[in-house]
Amino acid sequence: MGRMWCWLLLVVTLPALAVDYPPVRPGRSVSLPADTGAHPGYRTEWWYVTGWLDDEAGVQRGFQITFFRVRTGIGEQAPGRFSPAQLILAHAAVADAAQGRLLHAERSARASGLLAGAATGRTHAWVGDWRLEERDGVFIAEVSAREFSYSLALEPSQPPMLNGRAGFSQKAPDPRHASYYYSRPQLAVSGEVTVDGKRHVVTGRAWLDQEWSSELMPEGARGWDWVGLNLDDGGALMAFRMRDGEGRALWSAGTLRTPGEPDRPLAPSEVSFEVLERWRSPRTGAEYPVHLRVRAGGRVLELTALMPDQELDSRRSTGAVYWEGAVRVIEAGREIGRGYLEMTGYLETIRM
Amino acid sequence: MNRALAPAFLGSLGSRRLTTLLSMLAIALGIALGVAVQVIHDAALDEFDHGMRTLSGEADLQIVGPRGGFADALFEIVVLRPEVAAASPLLETEARLFGEARMLRVIGVDIFRLAEVQPVLFPQPAAGEDRFAALRDDAIFLSPGAMQALGLKAGDTLRLQSGLEPLPLRVAGGVPGMAGQQVAVMDIAAAQHRFGRAGMISRIDLRLREGLDLTAGREALGPLLPAGVQVLAPERARQQAAGLSRAYRVNLTMLAVIALVTGGFLVFSTQALSVVRRRTEFAFLRAIGLARQELMRWLLAEGALVGAIGAAAGVALGYGLAAAALTLLGGDLGAGYFAGITPRLAFEPIVVAVFLALGTVAGVVGAWLPAREAATVSPAMALKSGGDAAALGGGRRHPGWALGAALLAGAACLVPPWAGIPVGGYVAVALLLAAGVFALPMLAARLSRVLAPLRMVPVTLARSRLAAVPGHVVVAGAGVLASAALAVAMAIMVASFRHSVDDWLAQILPAELYARGARAGSSGYFDPAAQALIAGTPGVAKVDFIRHDTVLLAPDRPAVVLIARPLTADGRELPLVGERVATDRPVWISEAVADLYGYGAGDTIGLPLAGELREFTVAGVWRDYARQSGAIMIPLERYRTLSGDRLANDAALHLLPGETPAAVAARLRERFGGEALELAQAGEIRAISLRIFDRTFAVTYLLEAVAVVIGLFGVAASFAALAAARRREFGMLRHIGLTRRQVGLMLATEGALTAAAGALGGLVVGGAISLVLVEVVNRQSFHWSMDFRVPFGTLAAFCVTLVLLAALAAVLAGRQAMRQEAVMAVKEDW
Repeated sequence: MGRMWCWLLLVVTLPALAVDYPPVRPGRSVSLPADTGAHPGYRTEWWYVTGWLDDEAGVQRGFQITFFRVRTGIGEQAPGRFSPAQLILAHAAVADAAQGRLLHAERSARASGLLAGAATGRTHAWVGDWRLEERDGVFIAEVSAREFSYSLALEPSQPPMLNGRAGFSQKAPDPRHASYYYSRPQLAVSGEVTVDGKRHVVTGRAWLDQEWSSELMPEGARGWDWVGLNLDDGGALMAFRMRDGEGRALWSAGTLRTPGEPDRPLAPSEVSFEVLERWRSPRTGAEYPVHLRVRAGGRVLELTALMPDQELDSRRSTGAVYWEGAVRVIEAGREIGRGYLEMTGYLETIRM
Repeated sequence: MNRALAPAFLGSLGSRRLTTLLSMLAIALGIALGVAVQVIHDAALDEFDHGMRTLSGEADLQIVGPRGGFADALFEIVVLRPEVAAASPLLETEARLFGEARMLRVIGVDIFRLAEVQPVLFPQPAAGEDRFAALRDDAIFLSPGAMQALGLKAGDTLRLQSGLEPLPLRVAGGVPGMAGQQVAVMDIAAAQHRFGRAGMISRIDLRLREGLDLTAGREALGPLLPAGVQVLAPERARQQAAGLSRAYRVNLTMLAVIALVTGGFLVFSTQALSVVRRRTEFAFLRAIGLARQELMRWLLAEGALVGAIGAAAGVALGYGLAAAALTLLGGDLGAGYFAGITPRLAFEPIVVAVFLALGTVAGVVGAWLPAREAATVSPAMALKSGGDAAALGGGRRHPGWALGAALLAGAACLVPPWAGIPVGGYVAVALLLAAGVFALPMLAARLSRVLAPLRMVPVTLARSRLAAVPGHVVVAGAGVLASAALAVAMAIMVASFRHSVDDWLAQILPAELYARGARAGSSGYFDPAAQALIAGTPGVAKVDFIRHDTVLLAPDRPAVVLIARPLTADGRELPLVGERVATDRPVWISEAVADLYGYGAGDTIGLPLAGELREFTVAGVWRDYARQSGAIMIPLERYRTLSGDRLANDAALHLLPGETPAAVAARLRERFGGEALELAQAGEIRAISLRIFDRTFAVTYLLEAVAVVIGLFGVAASFAALAAARRREFGMLRHIGLTRRQVGLMLATEGALTAAAGALGGLVVGGAISLVLVEVVNRQSFHWSMDFRVPFGTLAAFCVTLVLLAALAAVLAGRQAMRQEAVMAVKEDW
């Protein structure tokens, strides 16, 4: 479930409700750790973990887990165990080259007691037995699905990275379209992954994003590309662009962390995406730029996918089709890091 | 068997077309009724089963409670259990369409929990609806069947009733998985909120972790459940439905069997007489080498042919009846067991084969005795004598047999029901019929002795004829006896039942005016404000509010209805039967509860109320004709204290002196709006109930009429056949100076005597059968008692008519023979 999709869903589908969502203003800055918990007043919020894993045999896999919190504006006047006022939607995937496609699963539920929810004050989101929880500074990610399961501990090795202006992240020329957004790059991963019934002990590096907002998508936006890259030298790059119907960037931005330097927010002019190679999905016919050149803050990075087919086709459930996958980062012909690339809006503008 | 003989035997059926046709008709009617009942019921049950299966989806187990629901906190406990792979909460509501009598089943679902347990209930938003449409509390989704039945499409507004208010809901899409069912789906939180059932759910469907068996799952979950809530396998609902309607179906099938038996008697009558007529023919065939066994086989083949053709016609007729009945009455023949489904008829080869076989067997059995008689007669004797008298077997008197059968019948009544079916009762009915037939010659003899003082020549002749040929009485009278017994038994049973229902209605509806919110678990109710408004209506002296719910007393039985209403300490408002016990925590149980669960006055009974098991004492047993699976009455105040539930479903209004129900009803309508409130006067309810009763039993009246006509045809047929054989006798009588009139009178007397024997036997046997029906069959099938009422006038008129008609039939049948020139007829002998 792409973050783009979720925004689109909300903005397009909830035009005028009696519920007052708090706006996102540049004045309020993100303050941690208080802001690592949920912000239930805002329309939507997510905790997004992506990363690379190496098992005992040296096999590399990508993984992803996302918890979305949605305030629907429905049923708030009639509280109860089944109130749909707050929904928790979770999505998990494993990219395994041996499978040739993404293994993915999803869980959704109304926020309700022990069954599903997102705590305030600290990171803790859960749906059934899936969870992402911070304990003593370490994040626990647990997922079990039919085709795969994992249980991972993610330990921060660096301080969080506030995106935009102290966490105020603008998404379009109009500052109304913005979110509060911070990232936690360079998380050290250890744990277990089970794929195809076989258990693997794994280590790796991951990336956590938390973002919340009430209004985000500018008009005319067709899709979005996003990267979160952990560089081997301890650096990190977050970059995104919002595309219009012709594939032009409506807005782009990013944050670059270089070891020993303060984090550097990147202006729209400092970020660009260039398509090098496309892959056409045999299932949906959508063409994704799986080989990209990203220019950000003076760095020129080439991204190549762990495998071309990391498309998620959930038209039968959530209705979204997008590409979300593990990528290697090449600079000057050398692999200098790994991360995740998300591309949405390549099949059709999502209409509700 | 030698095929060349076929025309001699089977062909003879064609030469007595009328009697053959009548036999076939009788068998066809019996078969048709049986086929129709069976096919209709199977169609309804199939559809019901399909619906249940669709609704329970892939659930391994279901957690169910009272119809009013149980606290939804249980859901979290259940879904977090390691034994449970997936669980889905449901809140079912029978929602009344605002201002209409129609109901719609609304299922509140959690769409996030459907996928793994009940994918068929997925609501599908229509084009133009947003993604959250299924969560909105003003949206409802209709199955294709419901859309069609309500004449609605996406975007329309459906007005349901909640409490006493209209609840407008937008039809936001369909429920494509529920084709064939009439249901609506909406969000569970919306259903709780909009129908005033906050915090309640009515069911949890769940799937167990892989590898866990149902028993282990039930054992793990059982201890978690509050009192009155149970975990069951989904098949149970089907078994309950089948069990509930089984008694009704079996009873109808028994009527069909009785019709079939009457048909068999008719085959017996006609075959017996035809065998007599063809004695010489048979003797000749035997003389030229036809083996005894082969003669017998041929005669049985005649009966089989009649039975088979009748059965084939019956099957066709039965399907026609079934189709018509389904269109007109629905799958339960109007009895209300399968509401909300539209059954389709299916050709059932096994059922058809069974009924074809039954019809054929009836024909063979009917032909058996006559065939044996014919086969045992020595050809030389038969060729010589040519008379018919000796040939009519079955006339031997069997007082011992009759007595034995009657005693056995008495013993059969003591047999407990088998799987809810009063098998012993039906066996007793069959034995009583047999006893009647065995006693028939004796009866005829007694009757003719009664006529002894009448010194008219024709009467004396008739008497001596009957005395000399008692077999004739059996042949002609057995059909009359069987049909009269059936008619008498049904008449007494229906009269008793109707009388009891009438009394019961008077007692159960003491108030003048009734206001109905709705049934248990449904969308209409009176909240405390509405109750105050009703009680404060001018002209109302006192209001008894009534609350309905259900309780599960045993996991393998249907829920029992719980009725909370104001009751005095001695329960004098109730139609009590048997003793009563004084207690400070009384409940009154219906006869069905007493029968099914074995409770009696003074016993302690545990009732789950609001999740807690409470103990009560059975203060008495009351009669209930409305709720076959049982009902329990509890004083309203106590119910409210224990359950905290202050809503009411119905209100019984006692009016101030001088007020008319119509005036108070008008005031109530003014206060509540005419559409929200269903009002009925006690008299109306009574009249409607009795009308429904009469309509239900109309089919039995029809059957009685058919049976009587068949019986009369039996008399006519037997006399026609005998008259032909007795031409020489008639000729002789005329020769020695009897007038035609006197011969006619003689025949009429014979007919009347035969019919009177049959009718009298029928009266006695019918009376006995009606006792069995009332005390055994109804009690065991439906668990209700009734006061025995004999409609003497009706029965007397019926018997007299039967005797007169039989006399007429005998005269008409004999007329042809009397027309013969007397001399010619006598000459034939020489």
